[in-house]
Amino acid sequence: MNRLAVLSLCALAPAMAAAAQERAYFVTYDHQLEEPGNLEISFNPVLATQRGGGRFLAAWLELEYGIRGWWTTELYLDGQSTAGDSTVATGVRWEHRVRLLLQEHRVNPVLYVELEDLTAADKTMLEVVGHDVEADHALPNRLAHRERLRELETKLILSSDVRDCDLSLNLIAEKNLAGPPWELGYAAGVSRPLALPARPEPCSFCRENFVAGVELYGGLGDATRLGLRDTSHYLAPVVAWSLPGGPTLRLSPAFGLNGASHRFLLRFGVAYEISDAAHRRVRPAPPRPGGPR
Amino acid sequence: MTPRPALAVAAGLALLGSVALASGRVVLASGRGALASGRVVLASGRGADGRGVDGEDRPYGLDRAPAAAAARANPYAASPEAAVAGRKLFLRHCAECHGADGRGGRRAPAIDSDRVRQASPGALFWFLTNGSLATGMPAWSRLPAARRWQMIAYLQQGHPAAGPPAGR
Repeated sequence: MNRLAVLSLCALAPAMAAAAQERAYFVTYDHQLEEPGNLEISFNPVLATQRGGGRFLAAWLELEYGIRGWWTTELYLDGQSTAGDSTVATGVRWEHRVRLLLQEHRVNPVLYVELEDLTAADKTMLEVVGHDVEADHALPNRLAHRERLRELETKLILSSDVRDCDLSLNLIAEKNLAGPPWELGYAAGVSRPLALPARPEPCSFCRENFVAGVELYGGLGDATRLGLRDTSHYLAPVVAWSLPGGPTLRLSPAFGLNGASHRFLLRFGVAYEISDAAHRRVRPAPPRPGGPR
Repeated sequence: MTPRPALAVAAGLALLGSVALASGRVVLASGRGALASGRVVLASGRGADGRGVDGEDRPYGLDRAPAAAAARANPYAASPEAAVAGRKLFLRHCAECHGADGRGGRRAPAIDSDRVRQASPGALFWFLTNGSLATGMPAWSRLPAARRWQMIAYLQQGHPAAGPPAGR
């Protein structure tokens, strides 16, 4: 478990910097995209209990960049460490999100396309689809790591703002490029800031900087066997705290809703945003007294 | 689908994206009702100064606000406290592009202007809510409506720089 502790510390180390506009959810997407030119860096570990295997800490590093106001791209680097087993990097994901309508509507659709190059040892559970169940994660890393998964994941993101509440629904279809079938899943979330107007004075630990909500996600079988049989589902309260001029911290305990789900997951995340990242220049260090050595 | 056609589709999408990125002015759909009417419009964007790329003078896109939206009044219009809170929000969310003094920068136009001060609060609220995604102004619907009105109170009360806090 020492490696788990080291991984956790690594997760927190790069956390301290600029402000992020991070959504509260871990799995569900809303229609808000990254501001153009901004780069958001986040680290998101998930701790999980595991029946029939060791507890694990999986994590993904996420680099999110706003290409246009209507187009955001993200790169994910995944890894995991399993108690009594090993620590492995489990692959890469490259995602694009495109807003289909440029103005706010009652329902705002966003198209999501992602290419994944992962191994079966991946345990980040960034999405739960098809017949993904807890038992999949009991396989030893040396075996799971041999199975390569090149997948195409698509989502239709539907999101609304109703009385300052965000309501989001994601319909997910994922396919292993090696062959059929399409695996299906869903994620839905509702969230709201804890205070609506801002206070006049600067504050960090005040309600206006918190967003709370809940998300529900799970698998819906596949194209040949649609339904809830042999699928897993989670209900997860979420809370996000945006420090003014600093990072956004998120926390989400998730509870498995059936016997095929992990009993408990604990997700936490830290994100910060670099404004106008593409045009930032590294300034040369000022000359030292006495001149260069 | 075998891997090869699927990869070809993915490569095609990537190529399409690259073309859109290179042109810098392609958007997929535009405006209210584009989906309802079944139209997908390829539209040109606007310059960072808020003017149309063809030079037409429609700064900020405030004129695009529907009449009903433009007619809305700011519930915080008479509140100096709201303007102070609005300044805090402005520094946190807007200053990185528009400048802390609101005089604009490389990424966004000046908003410390008579045009903004004299605009209808409802039109400003509509614009802040929808943004102008084609030109890079984000949609601030992510902020609660009350905070958007607070920012408008700040912008229209003439940047009350004397009183408000410097913190973000």
